[in-house]
Amino acid sequence: MLTGAAEDGDRAELDLVTLIVARSDAPQSATPEQATLLGLCIAPLSVAELSAYLNLPYSVVTVLLTELLTAELVQARAPIVRQALPDRSLLEAVMHGLQKL
Amino acid sequence: MDFKSSDTITGPRTEDHLPHTAQAAVKIVIVGGFGVGKTTMVGSVSEIRPLTTEETMTQAGVGVDDNYGSESKTATTVAMDFGRISITDQLVLYLFGTPGQERFWFLWNGLFEGALGAVVLIDTRRLEVSFDVIGRLEERGVPFVIAVNSFPDGPHYPIEDLRAALDLAPEIPIVECDARRRASSRDVLMTLMGFLHSLALTGSLT
Ligand SMILES: Nc1nc2c(ncn2[C@@H]2O[C@H](COP(=O)(O)OP(=O)(O)O)[C@@H](O)[C@H]2O)c(=O)[nH]1
Ligand SMILES: [Mg+2]
Repeated sequence: MLTGAAEDGDRAELDLVTLIVARSDAPQSATPEQATLLGLCIAPLSVAELSAYLNLPYSVVTVLLTELLTAELVQARAPIVRQALPDRSLLEAVMHGLQKL
Repeated sequence: MDFKSSDTITGPRTEDHLPHTAQAAVKIVIVGGFGVGKTTMVGSVSEIRPLTTEETMTQAGVGVDDNYGSESKTATTVAMDFGRISITDQLVLYLFGTPGQERFWFLWNGLFEGALGAVVLIDTRRLEVSFDVIGRLEERGVPFVIAVNSFPDGPHYPIEDLRAALDLAPEIPIVECDARRRASSRDVLMTLMGFLHSLALTGSLT
């Protein structure tokens, strides 16, 4: 149903806000897509931002990222997701950050 | 779907780079009908120019013109604007302005499941759009607050009348805002965080 989605199982669990960081420069063997993606995440960048800058759907970006993760060319930093019992110190940190806006 | 060559891709400006210490992100969803002010709210608090992620849905019977009995597949492109607020050197908050129709929500895995909570933006000229959104969030156990975006030509209802009209429990915060103003949008987010904090204290998040 989704265009461009890889088969299940092939797909790493990548959230819209998983932070992606390049582990190294693009190797000689990298495809142009991979090289562009690696160039974008020299500093941490969310999957959503990668999708926006690359102008590619989220599902396509996750496929590209899965290849790069398998090749150990990028690192993925998982998001903090909602818990049944929210973490108060996390909420307090967010409130403190918003107060500075 | 052509991949653009790297010389046509514009990445983030240097000043928009997150520090290498950024360890994890959290997200908040701003949900509401078309034209209610989602993009405006994202833009007013975001530290980066709002960006857009798109997803294409190819499905029979989903398109706008499927009531003509056509069997053809329709491709719908759904866009979501988002922004970012750095909380600390380690923690980043992302805000997603999400269309109100639930059938689009599945396009982005875990959009609501993982979110800390949601802001339901409401336009008093079109309250009925919000009923469905509120119901869906309740079903999914996503904690939310209501923000009434004040449009000059919108009817003004007392908060408790809105609560009754939307059939909301007494503890759910309802605030008025002007999505164009950073301080006002920030206060809406603070209201959500305060609500989540109260749920954490009482341990009553379902
Ligand atoms: N008066 C007023 N206009 C607003 C406010 N928020 C948004 N608008 C206007 O409403 C229109 C739709 O807003 P937009 O953010 O694009 O809505 P979206 O479809 O939910 O993303 C724009 O022309 C905004 O300038 C508000 O708080 N007050
Ligand atoms: Mg919008």
